[in-house]
Amino acid sequence: MLDVQNLKTYFTTRGGAVKAVDDVSLQLDKGDALGLAGESGCGKTTTALTIMHLLPSNAEVLSGKILFGDVDLLTIDEERLRKEFRWKRMSMIFQGAMNALNPVFRVGDQIRQAILTHEDIAKASAWERVEELFSLVGINPDRARDYPHEFSGGMKQRAIIAMSLACNPDLVIADEPVTALDVIVQAQILELMRSLREKLGLSMIMITHDLSVIADTCNKAAIMYAGKIVERADIVAIFKHPEHPYTQGLIANFPSISGEKKGFEPISGSPPNLISPPAGCRFHPRCPYAEEICRKEEPEIVEIKRGHFVACHPKK
Amino acid sequence: MSSEEIIVRVRNLRKWFPVRTGLLHGLISREKRYVKAVDGISFDIKKREIYGLAGESGCGKTTTGRVILRLLEPTAGEVHLGKQDVFALTKRELNELRKRAQIIFQDPYESLDPKMNIFDFVAEPLVVHKIGNEEELVANALKTVELTPPEEFFYRFPHELSGGQRQRVAIARAMILNPEFIVADEPVSMLDVSIRSSILKLMFKLRDEMGISYLYITHDLATARQVCDRTAIMYLGKFAEETTTEELLKNPLHPYTKALVAAVPVPDPTARKSKVVISGEIPSPIDLPPGCRFRPRCPYAMEICKREEPSLVEVESNHKVACHLM
Repeated sequence: MLDVQNLKTYFTTRGGAVKAVDDVSLQLDKGDALGLAGESGCGKTTTALTIMHLLPSNAEVLSGKILFGDVDLLTIDEERLRKEFRWKRMSMIFQGAMNALNPVFRVGDQIRQAILTHEDIAKASAWERVEELFSLVGINPDRARDYPHEFSGGMKQRAIIAMSLACNPDLVIADEPVTALDVIVQAQILELMRSLREKLGLSMIMITHDLSVIADTCNKAAIMYAGKIVERADIVAIFKHPEHPYTQGLIANFPSISGEKKGFEPISGSPPNLISPPAGCRFHPRCPYAEEICRKEEPEIVEIKRGHFVACHPKK
Repeated sequence: MSSEEIIVRVRNLRKWFPVRTGLLHGLISREKRYVKAVDGISFDIKKREIYGLAGESGCGKTTTGRVILRLLEPTAGEVHLGKQDVFALTKRELNELRKRAQIIFQDPYESLDPKMNIFDFVAEPLVVHKIGNEEELVANALKTVELTPPEEFFYRFPHELSGGQRQRVAIARAMILNPEFIVADEPVSMLDVSIRSSILKLMFKLRDEMGISYLYITHDLATARQVCDRTAIMYLGKFAEETTTEELLKNPLHPYTKALVAAVPVPDPTARKSKVVISGEIPSPIDLPPGCRFRPRCPYAMEICKREEPSLVEVESNHKVACHLM
């Protein structure tokens, strides 16, 4: 359904070009939930914004394809993208959006506005849709006339999810949808997202730094490091048989409340500057297995087992 | 447990914040309202112990940490650090307390002064306490937190450091006066996973080498499990449960703790999924219901829960719970 090929998005800054997304490929089938994980600044959000065509003006897509069905979103004009794709077939839950609801408008009106902007229907039927969406995400439809300050944090996030579903999209990209929420509310939202995926047959990309959220909701995962995808596979392979040393490090360090208690095996160093990333493999300065070739040659991402892709020289 | 082992003793600690009301309300009603952020908690921290305080936002965990160090003045209760009665100290004596007890804040992007270089920032406590020998002590402190060679960091500014390095600088400043006790308020929640372990490892090292005890404040039970010897779960200003962290996660007894533990997602796709056991969200801490404050959300609420507030009692050895079900 979504096939991203060799995507490159760079930002122009005074210090030079920031290679935020550098040769990223992703595939998503209908009904898939893909977890896109990595640390801050690794390019997860930029990948999503590139797919949505919502990049800031200093960003440039240098190459690649974003095939949505059989249309390449990078080749069509903005008008067509806005009319046919953005929000209608794919939508996004932005990080922190629950705090960006406009305080002077009723929550329901803000969602109705999203519907009216994209669809040519009467105001009354748009309002009916708002009420349906509210029940769908587990808020009493009567609350649609409330203002944002009358909502709790969890309800605001539900309203944002309702807004992302306003035009019945096939794909929802959720950027850190539970990060600022307390654990019980987080579990409520994760449960909602799981059930929506099932009920509506949605495909999802879940962007998060929290591996446990991905294990909880997704069926596939891709791990990003310094603008590149270093490993992608189905969720069990990623968590049970991680191949890339970075994925292994992340999983070894991710604490859990069950299972064996983990020790501390920190990955040394910190992520590189993306203006001048290290030559060869971008992870080599922090990699315990780095060899000569890793310093010189950039590893390509290859399929080592069916559906399991890794970008690592020694693992080939 | 002999009393010498205990380094911090907290008894019936309360911190109420008055709610500001409008002029009219003040005229027609004499009644004062309070946010009962901390509403009567007692616990001990042993020497070399890492004591966890966990709960959702607004449960009072951060306020507890600050009141213990008298960064906020208490409403009632007692805190002893060793033999010293913290709440009886004068302003000047409080200065002496700062040598013995320190704090590490959550956000190293906010807690460092952007206009101060690392040397001045770490040396500031030495200057305040007129200790001198700054060069050597700062260099040692930076070495301890593994920022080496220290001279290379002296004249750098916070914006030149990564998040993990900044938190190391904050730790260096907290430990430069050789404290016995540190309040660590979510010290790794702003950091990426690959950095977190190294900061936690450092905290363990300080505990092992310098005998520091910690109050570790967190919302994250998985990290608490890695770090804390014992953990207390706080709900709306009170303890719901207190026991060893392993026991707390394996055998939670309070319905609130059970709900929290069930809600935490596990980084293992073959394990159980996160579960919603209770509905709703934490209510406002103003105008708390009488009886048990968890009652409105509790699936097992009984008649007695409406009337009587349960007290924290030891139901198994070293396992305290505040619930009428016990």
